[in-house]
Formats: sequence, structure tokens, C-alpha cells
Amino acid sequence: MNQLKRLFGVIWILLGPVAIYYLVKTAAGEIAKKPMTDTWIQWGVFVVVALPIAAGMVIFGYYALHGAYDQGVEDSGELIH
Amino acid sequence: MSDDSRPKLTPSMKETKGIWKVIGASSLGTLIEWYDFYIFGSLATVLATQFFPKTNPTAALLSTLATFAAGFIVRPFGALVFGRLGDMIGRKYTFLLTLILMGGSTFAIGLVPSYDSIGFAAPILVLLLRLLQGLALGGEYGGAATYVAEHAPVKRRGFFTSWIQTTATLGLFVSLGVILLTRHGLDKDQAKSIAKFNDWGWRIPFLVSIVLVVVSVYIRLKMKESPLFEKLKTAGTRSVNPLKESFGNKANLKMVLLALFGATMGQGVVWYTGQFYAQSFIENVCKVDFDQSRTILIWAILFGTPFFVLFGWLSDRIGRKWIMLSGMFLAIVSYQYLFGQLLQVTDAKTKLEWVDMKQIKTVHTLIPHSADTLRTVENKHFYTDGMRIVESKKDTLYAAAGRTTLKPETKMYKLMGDADYLKMVFIVFLMILYVTMVYGPIAAFLVEMFPTKIRYTSMSLPYHIGNGVFGGLTPFIATLLTTIYTNDKLVGLMYPIIIAAVCLVIGAMYISNRITDNAD
Repeated sequence: MNQLKRLFGVIWILLGPVAIYYLVKTAAGEIAKKPMTDTWIQWGVFVVVALPIAAGMVIFGYYALHGAYDQGVEDSGELIH
Repeated sequence: MSDDSRPKLTPSMKETKGIWKVIGASSLGTLIEWYDFYIFGSLATVLATQFFPKTNPTAALLSTLATFAAGFIVRPFGALVFGRLGDMIGRKYTFLLTLILMGGSTFAIGLVPSYDSIGFAAPILVLLLRLLQGLALGGEYGGAATYVAEHAPVKRRGFFTSWIQTTATLGLFVSLGVILLTRHGLDKDQAKSIAKFNDWGWRIPFLVSIVLVVVSVYIRLKMKESPLFEKLKTAGTRSVNPLKESFGNKANLKMVLLALFGATMGQGVVWYTGQFYAQSFIENVCKVDFDQSRTILIWAILFGTPFFVLFGWLSDRIGRKWIMLSGMFLAIVSYQYLFGQLLQVTDAKTKLEWVDMKQIKTVHTLIPHSADTLRTVENKHFYTDGMRIVESKKDTLYAAAGRTTLKPETKMYKLMGDADYLKMVFIVFLMILYVTMVYGPIAAFLVEMFPTKIRYTSMSLPYHIGNGVFGGLTPFIATLLTTIYTNDKLVGLMYPIIIAAVCLVIGAMYISNRITDNAD
């Protein structure tokens, strides 16, 4: 199971940039279709909010790849108490 | 009564002594906050005409900001601001502050003069107040869930926090109820009542909020600080920098990320699809009448709400993980079918029409200060199963020869017969059931993931990104998909299905089902 958890880490790392690529592509298409300030704001907000989330997904994948989730996180004893 | 004759408290009674007061005080305030947040969304169309006229581009721009900024940026920001405060000065005063902020903003929205009266000041004020609402909501939930969990015994944390989980749905229920009652209660003549509501009656749901907030603040003021936070305070081990400890420490950051991608992200889309997209789909895609589309949701919520508590209770026995993931799994495999059924039930092609009962009514109204006439043609179709379809077309008959209305205003809505109405209530109830599975145990789950000193901060952010951002995007992405792929009315469901599926895989692989005692 730990091997699988680590392997899937690669998928999560890739998922972040792929999601951003599709979001930016869609945003550009929508803005081109309706080049109004409203459209800019709407898609601008989506992209701004999505960037840190996608970065979070990459970090999550990186942690998974390096075995940070191999044992139950609650059992790890690393938490700040 | 002498001391000896008093009934003795059993250990379990001692553990839960006073817990119902804690739950009551926390839940009431949280319910009011959700109510306050929802009435703005539910009255968006009325507010747009009052404050954000489409004819003015700047006002329309402010409307877009109010919609997107409050949900997607300010809510997570509120989670950070108030989460930090809650971990530093305590849960009680922080979630008291969020309640006052939310109640005050809501009440103030009810008092803002319209765009016609004060011009641009009106949309700017409403935008600022809406942002304050988003900020307050971001801080409220984490505080209430933490406060209840820190009072609850370990083995019953799921059950006791599930009462907090009912408040979001009940807040929606109360907001829909208050809006419908006000909309129909301002005049005996329904058309006049709706006109009065659109004119000034919409303010009532906002103003009512202050009474509820005052009662809730009074109750919360009498409550004590959470015992676990008090312990930290006495021991002098409170966090001095909760943001750094939550997100700058690898062990905690990986928990925050796991909470987001393995639980709250899927919970958010299931929550929004079942409660908001379903209602919007029934009204805008199935074309069911305004009131019926709302009462269907109201009934479904009423029958569904007890299941929050049931699944919270069950999570204390079998663990939180598989209940939440089962809710996501059921949503993934059945959404297409359930929404397809909604389409089928409301499809007139599958029904038999009473052709001889068809009614056509034409009304001509003179347009004041002109020689033109407004023509309204209303067609009513009756079906054997009790469904009615009302189609209306409005156009202007110009006095000047050769001039015609290029785009007549057409409207169509369906009034469902009893059997189909009940079937739709049942379908939406199933979706609410999934909501109760993913949402009922999640407060206890999040609370147990993080240690007391940074709990408020750590659990609030993934919750509000999952619920506010991933969930809040559901209507926009779903609508966007339907405008791109116009032939498939169910294509909008791909967004919640894909997000819930990713979350399900992550949750199943990385989340532990063990109930931990981190909360202590």
C-alpha cells in the first residue's frame, strides 16, 4: 500500500499544473469570447484562487511521493502539541 | 433537598453535563450566520435591481465583485484572520465577534437606500457589507465546531458536533422559509404581495436577523471558554504564531493538505450540488415554478436533516472516513441518474395533455405617455397527471406603422402534479442524504486532525477552501459546461463528479479511519 501511496504522489504532482493549464486555457477562451471587465474579474478571481490550491496539490503529491503519508499521520508523533 | 437525596451523576452524565447548552449556544449562532449569508444569495435577483442595475456597467461590476470576492477570496481569508485570533485569544470571544460582525452587516444591508436614492454609494456599501459577511462566515464555523468538540467526550464527539453540522442546511431552510413567507405575506393579492416584496419587503429578512443575533450574542456571552483552551492558557502553552505553526510546519501542513484534498474538497461539491445546484437545475433547466422549486428543497431538507446527527453518531462507532467517502461514492455513481430523473419527470413530451382544456388569454395594456400597447399572451396547458405549463409572451404593439418588437419577452414555467412533486422531493432528499453523509462527521474528523493550540486556524482554512471555493464554484462551472456543450443538459455534473472522485481516491488511500484523541 505504501508503494501505491508513493506512486500516486506523481499523479498528484502532475494534477496541479494540468488543472492550472486547463483553467488558464478556458479563462483565455472565455475572455476572448466576452472581453468585458466582468469576465476579466470573474476569471481573474478563479485563477488567483486556483494557483495556491494547485501549488498545494503539488506539495501534497511531493509529500506522498516521499513517504510522508506512509504511516497514519495521526500515529506519526510529529504533530505540534 | 439534602445533598444525599440529589440524584448522583454517572461518569457519562458528568462528561456531558452542560453540553446541550454549549451545543445550543453554538448552533444557534452558526445557524444565524448561515441564514445571513444565504439570504443575500437567495435574493440576488431582487438585490440586483435595487443596487446593481445592469444598465450601469460600474454597478454591474460591483455586483460581480460581491458575488465572487465574498465567496472565493474573503471566506478563506476570514478563516485565517479569525482562526489565528481564536487560537490566540480563545474560541468564545472570537466566534462572538464573527457573530456580531455577520449580524451587523446583514442588518445594515437591510437599511441601505437603493441605487435610485443615493446612486453609487448604494452598491459600494452593499459590496463592503457583503465582504464583511464573507469574512465573518470564514471565522464562525471553525470556532463553533472547535468549541463544541472541545467540550464533548472523545467517544461522542461525532454525535455532539453533528448538531453544528445541521446548522448550514437549517440556515438555508430558514432563509428559504422566511423569504417565501415574506414574499406571500405582504398582501392578500399574491401579485401585489410579490410586487411589494420586490419593492421594499426584501428588507424584512435582513432586518429580522438582528433580533436573532441579539438573542444569540446574549446566550453566547454567558458561556465559558472551551476547557481545553483554558488548559492551554493556564499552562502558558498557547500558540504565539498559529499561522506559522499551522502552515510552516511540515507535519501540520501535510494534515491541512490531506484534510483539503482527501475530505473537504469532495464534501464541498457534494454539499453544493445537493442543496444549490439541484434547486437551480429544477428551476432553470427543468423550468419548474419559483415557489415549487424552493418548497421541493425545503421538504427534502426537512426529511434529510436528522441524518446529519445519525451519521455523526454512527461515526463515533465505525469511524468517520468510510461514512464520508461512501457519501462521495454514492454521489459519483448516482448524480447522472438522479438529475436525469428530474429531467424526465418534468418533460412534457412524456405526458398526455388535455388538449380541450388549453387556455389562451390575451391582455392589452396601454403604455403610459405613449400610443403604444403592451400585449401579453398567456397559454396554459393542462396534463392528465396534474402538471400545468404556463407560457407567457410580452411584446409591444407600436402605433407607428411598420415597427414591431424584435425580441418578445417570453417566460415559461411548470407547476408539477402531486405525484411528480413527491417524486422530485424524494430525489432531492437522496442528494441531501449524501450531503449528510459527507458533512455529518466532518467537524469531528477535522477537529481530531489538529492539536488544540492551532486547531481553529488549521481546520478553518481547508474547510473554507473545500466548501467555499470547490463547492462555491459548482454552479458557475456547471453552468459554464452547459453553455459549451449545449446538447447535454447533464454535462454540468462532470465538475462535482470529477472533484468528488479525486477526493475519494485521496481519502481512501491516505486518510486513517481511526478516531484519535488529538482534540485532548
